[in-house]
Amino acid sequence: MKIQMTVNGVPRENDVEPRTLLVQYIREQLGLTGTNIGCDTSSCGACTVHVNGESVKSCTMLAAQADGTSVTTIEGLAKGDQMHPMQEAFMQNHGLQCGYCTPGMVMAAISLLEENPNPTEEDVRIGLEGNLCRCTGYHNIVQSVLAAAKK
Amino acid sequence: MIPAPFDYKRAGSAAEAISLIGQYGDEAKFLAGGHSLLPMMKLRLAQPAVLIDIARITDLSYIRESGDHIAIGALTRHHDVENSPVLKQHVPLLAHAASHVGDPQVRHRGTIGGSIAHADTASDLPATTLALGATYVVQGPNGTREIAAKDFYKSYFESDLAPDEMLTEIRVPKMNGAGWSFQKFNRRAQDWAIVGVAAWRRGNESGVGLVNMGPTPILASAVSSAIAGGASVADAAALATAESSPSSDLNASAEYREHLAKVLVRRALEQSSN
Amino acid sequence: MGGSILGERVLRKEDPKFLTSGGKYVDDLLDEPLLQGALHVTYARSTVAHGRINSIDTSEAAGMPGVVAIFTAADLGLQPVPSSFNPAAARTLLASDKVRYVGEPIAAIISETREQGEDAAEMVFADYDVLPAYTDMMAAMAPDATLIYEACGSNIVFDTTALGIPANTGDDFFKDCEVVVRGEFMNQRVAPCPLEVRGSAVAWADGRLHQWISTQHAQGAHAPVAATNGVDPSQVRILTPDVGGGFGAKIGAYPEELLLGVLSKRVGKPLRWRESRSESMVALGHGRAQFQRVVIGGSRDGKVTHYQLHAFQDSGAFVDMGTILAPFMTRPMSSGVYAIPNIECHTTSVVTNTTPTVAYRGAGRPEATAAIERAMDLFAYEIGKDAAEVRRMNLIPKFMEPHTTVVGQTYDVGDYEESLNRALAAADYAGWRRKQAERRASGNVKQIGIGVSVYVEITGGVGNGEQAKIEILDDGSALVYTGTSPHGQGHATSWAMLASEKTGIPIDRIDLVWGDTDLTPVGSGTMGSRSLQQGGNAVYSVAGTLVEKAKAVAARLLEANEADIVLDTDRAVFHVAGTPAVTKTWADLAVAEKANGGLSHDEYIGVPGATFPFGSHVAVVEVDTETGKVTHIAHTACDDAGRVLNPMLLEGQIHGGVAQGAAQALLEEVAYDGDGNPITSNLADYAFISAAELPSVTVVHMETPTPVNLIGAKGIGESGTIGSTPALQSAVVDAVSHLGVRNIEMPCTPQRVWAAIAAAKK
Repeated sequence: MKIQMTVNGVPRENDVEPRTLLVQYIREQLGLTGTNIGCDTSSCGACTVHVNGESVKSCTMLAAQADGTSVTTIEGLAKGDQMHPMQEAFMQNHGLQCGYCTPGMVMAAISLLEENPNPTEEDVRIGLEGNLCRCTGYHNIVQSVLAAAKK
Repeated sequence: MIPAPFDYKRAGSAAEAISLIGQYGDEAKFLAGGHSLLPMMKLRLAQPAVLIDIARITDLSYIRESGDHIAIGALTRHHDVENSPVLKQHVPLLAHAASHVGDPQVRHRGTIGGSIAHADTASDLPATTLALGATYVVQGPNGTREIAAKDFYKSYFESDLAPDEMLTEIRVPKMNGAGWSFQKFNRRAQDWAIVGVAAWRRGNESGVGLVNMGPTPILASAVSSAIAGGASVADAAALATAESSPSSDLNASAEYREHLAKVLVRRALEQSSN
Repeated sequence: MGGSILGERVLRKEDPKFLTSGGKYVDDLLDEPLLQGALHVTYARSTVAHGRINSIDTSEAAGMPGVVAIFTAADLGLQPVPSSFNPAAARTLLASDKVRYVGEPIAAIISETREQGEDAAEMVFADYDVLPAYTDMMAAMAPDATLIYEACGSNIVFDTTALGIPANTGDDFFKDCEVVVRGEFMNQRVAPCPLEVRGSAVAWADGRLHQWISTQHAQGAHAPVAATNGVDPSQVRILTPDVGGGFGAKIGAYPEELLLGVLSKRVGKPLRWRESRSESMVALGHGRAQFQRVVIGGSRDGKVTHYQLHAFQDSGAFVDMGTILAPFMTRPMSSGVYAIPNIECHTTSVVTNTTPTVAYRGAGRPEATAAIERAMDLFAYEIGKDAAEVRRMNLIPKFMEPHTTVVGQTYDVGDYEESLNRALAAADYAGWRRKQAERRASGNVKQIGIGVSVYVEITGGVGNGEQAKIEILDDGSALVYTGTSPHGQGHATSWAMLASEKTGIPIDRIDLVWGDTDLTPVGSGTMGSRSLQQGGNAVYSVAGTLVEKAKAVAARLLEANEADIVLDTDRAVFHVAGTPAVTKTWADLAVAEKANGGLSHDEYIGVPGATFPFGSHVAVVEVDTETGKVTHIAHTACDDAGRVLNPMLLEGQIHGGVAQGAAQALLEEVAYDGDGNPITSNLADYAFISAAELPSVTVVHMETPTPVNLIGAKGIGESGTIGSTPALQSAVVDAVSHLGVRNIEMPCTPQRVWAAIAAAKK
């Protein structure tokens, strides 16, 4: 089936199998491999992207369901060499180690601050419940998000 | 992992959705937010031949005040239920319970109707709407009918919804200032409840819904009867498991679930009584 | 003069890439020329835990859309490969005669797309004679148990008595003790869960096999891949893309990876393989899985004099690395931080019908620490003394010369009491004890528990040095080649810091090369917290030698005596002493040396031995005594890893370690049903810890440099896990100890806590 959507500001139109997941479409057809796949059960959040400005798990959404939407992935955040404040905060606060959860974590964190611009530490921890990280123990991820909120 | 192959159809209206499901019968499933169905399809625990995407039926996404109740379109997302000023004012228990469904990403996609139609005893909103005495409106080939939440749930993932019917609206009575509490007991924030309790109380009137305490969400009627009869919260809570039949699994034995239900119902009623 | 960069909080060079376009993990190699037109591999897996294979029917799957070929062990003519640790335990890389756990690969499907492979895997039908399945070591050791490897003659596949170490002597050992306490603890099976699952890709080009693997140790995979493919090692190149975490589980090469070259040759196409999380949960190695019987004895005033440990190590279905963790990692560390004059430690490794066990963050040392720390707690309860005080009474006093324990392990340096003091002070131990007393007095439903652990571990136990090479390019930038292999640790930054310190070349002009066996043929990878103390040490040493080489070149160019040449590291230029205006840059030297093969130095730098980081953790929990729910509310870690290169990275390692320790103590456990079917095979069922279950961690710094290497560094990768796990478990028990509870098995789930309270009331 034919689908069209705007991804990181670029209009896209492609043929997909109905069962194609949004994350597969983004990675395999568009070649945007920043978005990762970490599980099969919508548990880990590594595949988090924004659809119409809100965080979603792109492994639990068909590409067909995203037809007609505007999608933002990790590759769409920076303006040239200027990182998004959340990306910058992760760098300054050592909010990443192996980097695999990072794109999803950053996208989830941006969405979190959109909805709650002045979160407490507790708000951040609960707000990131759907994003798993095995390296950082979350300590510096939480610090990164709190630092980004202060900007 | 990805789902087994299927055909994808998109419905523009409830009538079209019902006509499509009539056409494909048992082979087909409605797809709303997809957050119950797609994970099962990826694990190949469900393999429908046809998916009928109903998420674009935008006129089924609303939250409206309507006399003594609030009417919620079945395709209203958890995120919108959670943040609705109307619900926060009139049915705060439901808005709060919606904030505990899954995680933020899930709530951006998952819908209240999808959650109720899926009829998972471990989900938060079936038991919450049951406690609130909600009525579900369903539409089929022969028009619409209303089903009381207490008559809706039949067994694990089974409801009174006929294969060719679609849930279109959830009508939740206004709480009129009742005290309330939502107790979700789980190991991790993102998990389904091991046991959950949704409760409200206004004087001697009350409603208590239990999550994951049997094949269906359970209305703890014995508790409410006891409250109506003037029993203390502690005495009423001791009856929490009168109607339940919990199972044992990885997270909890049936015995432990029963213990939790009693503790959580007591706490919920204490909180609702203040 | 600028100061040293060592010890500074230097931000990571590698971060902008990870943050803007994401890492290049093995599944992201879409543009790799050699992999164009690659087909996909999917492994069909055993659905029974133990069974004799009668037949594997692949005919239906072979006819599925997009399926190019299917191979079983018989199709490939696979021969049994003996285990390095017990040659009688031999198996084929795809199951042939028997299957031994649910998830064992039985056939390889080659398809045009990954989805087609998944579809076809559902249609591979194996017929089994089902055999009794053992998920419990005790059942597997029963005299009448069915043998998992007939040739072994027993399901016990490794035992320290075979090494000439006597079995434990029994109760007589404790005859002089006033107090003797016993315990049985299950250090449960957990899943390492790197966020990136396993993956690999292969291509044959010009007669050579190029294989990308998500691994911690490319050089380790090199020989087994060559052997599996029947080619000379020179015909194999292993490459490591970015790796999304390993935690020990990606050290060894797995059957699914080893076979790819063989399969690729059969179909004449490059291949890609990536497992799903559901597969990974059953086929990536598991960790821990050690059952412990401990007895501890001493005097009523608190001196521990005798300790006996019998550790039963669950190997899982293969005789893989997990088998040797108890004898070679747990046993040597069984004395922990304590001066115990009499210790016996016997270990027994047992095969079961479960996922093979491998190294997992700490690998044998967390188990040693857990056993002695739990025993210390039991001993403290028995004599009615504060657990921290009993520990203090028994600590090995500060030593700056090597100290050898009764079990024969020599530690480098240690000051355990200081780490305990610092941790207790930073945690406000006394304050928490007061709060605990108040809650107990008021009968609060929510009780406070405080757990203390003091540990010492062994790091750099793998390898006895590391290869490093530094090459100066024509533009004066540098390439550092290392035999270690980053997967989150920040080597690109750390190794650049070490090279920069010596050469003066700024870190943004130093790039890292790793994990490519053509470019870095010698290397022991990243495991056992060895990287900095061996790999980093090598870079530091080689950088120093390179500077000396460079001085010789500079002397030639400046027409001066070599002895008069100085390197101004602030400006990264060489000049004659006293003549700073006339300089030669690294670029000048590199260009000048072009004719002589370039300016570089390549050397294997040995180290005399392992190092022994130590520390103390204080965990605080709140326990809901009605529901059993545990909330981890505070955590303090004082981990001494010797001299610190980059405190930011050190803290990150501790934070992550604490989270994995808390995960084991409170949440995570791999479980099987009675037939050996895994019931935690995805991240919805397996309780992988999230941010919402953790507190922030207070890190207390302490640096006792080791004399073992040039930079004074010990390992830090695993310390956080080793220290936190027993502290957490102890805290949970402590919270309800006034109710009579003495032990709660890990993970301390709400149900277990509730049940323990209920049992204590009876």
